[in-house]
Amino acid sequence: MKVRKNIAISENGFIFNPLTGDSFSVNETGVFILQKLKEEESEATILQNLMDEYELDAHTAEKDLNDFLSMLQNYQLTTNE
Amino acid sequence: MNKRKITVAATGLNNIDSPGPGIPVIRGLKESETLDIRIVGLSYETLEPGIYMHDLVDKVYQLPLPTAGSAVLKERLRYIASQEKIDVLIPNFDAELHNFIKIQDDLKNELNIATFLPSQAIFDERQKSELGKFGEKYGVKVPESHMINQVTEIRKLEESLHYPMVIKGRYYDAYIALTYEQASNYFYKIIAKWGYPVIVQEFVTGTEVNVTAIGDGKGTCIGAVAMRKLYITDKGKAWSGISLEDDELLDISKRVIENSKWRGGCELEFIKTKDDEYYLLEMNPRFPAWVYLANGCGQNHPEALVKMALGEEVKPFTNYQSGKMFIRYSYDLIVDISEFQQISTMGER
Repeated sequence: MKVRKNIAISENGFIFNPLTGDSFSVNETGVFILQKLKEEESEATILQNLMDEYELDAHTAEKDLNDFLSMLQNYQLTTNE
Repeated sequence: MNKRKITVAATGLNNIDSPGPGIPVIRGLKESETLDIRIVGLSYETLEPGIYMHDLVDKVYQLPLPTAGSAVLKERLRYIASQEKIDVLIPNFDAELHNFIKIQDDLKNELNIATFLPSQAIFDERQKSELGKFGEKYGVKVPESHMINQVTEIRKLEESLHYPMVIKGRYYDAYIALTYEQASNYFYKIIAKWGYPVIVQEFVTGTEVNVTAIGDGKGTCIGAVAMRKLYITDKGKAWSGISLEDDELLDISKRVIENSKWRGGCELEFIKTKDDEYYLLEMNPRFPAWVYLANGCGQNHPEALVKMALGEEVKPFTNYQSGKMFIRYSYDLIVDISEFQQISTMGER
């Protein structure tokens, strides 16, 4: 999964999709995941990074990551290319 | 740099909650980097706010209502031209364009006033009632549309169109009808205000996206900026919007402008469906009231139109900034009654 071309993500978690004109706010964890996606990290790597950064167990981290990724997809912020 | 001085006349000074494009067009012109433009405002009603905006409109003349016809309009413009040297005239209302198109050659030849309008044939092609043929000719998807003159025709259309359906006026107004009763009510409401025919259109679900564009009349799209409304008034007018970066939408818009050899400013209204398909709902034959956003994004369309009207070559804009927003606001002008009296009694100020 990749962040769509031209999606703007600010450090404070403001996201703008110039294709649709939609804007969103995400928290620090959201920015963390989005930055990793922008760097084209694999989902497995992002999961491990999340567990390390926030001291999460695998089950919680996986559930939270999947929820967030499906939300990103729903809002057309990512592609599967 | 010395700016060249010219005078431009513009209509559409009704900068109200459902605004005409005149004031946004004038703001674009006043921000020209190469032209120093004196503005002659042309009004139809005495309370059009632009009449009283002295920082934007230098002089104002009343025009006869479009229903008076092109001969009366020409006579009035002949008087105005005897008082003012007008280089370019930009009409900004749908309902007046027919008259201006009719006399555009006379304006140029007799009064030396340039316009930049499409021919009557191309203007007619994009009429709401002709949308189906227009879509087919220029390769753009359009919702199924029918022109009706009797309310009973809605019943017949129920065979091919399902509710909700959109009931539209010839020039303005559109209502979404969920039942026959609603549709017939809207039919009468529209004919009372705008006359016949009434347009009944398929309701396409999705997000409304709009494009303000300008064509040179020779098959080149000089500029196009896409926008999504962020906040609308109860009349469906944009009170806030944001510029988009949507290559497919711009490609479709450019194709329409180029293939139709559109001459002048226009607004293309689309619905983008969930499946990322674009349906053209309307092509308005003049700049939209939000055209100043194009200027804010780096494309000054009114200035480009004036230059083309003066016979200058204008290079097409190649890009613009997305993520630029416009936010409309209302503002009370304090005006002495003497000024109102001046425009009411003398027809000019």
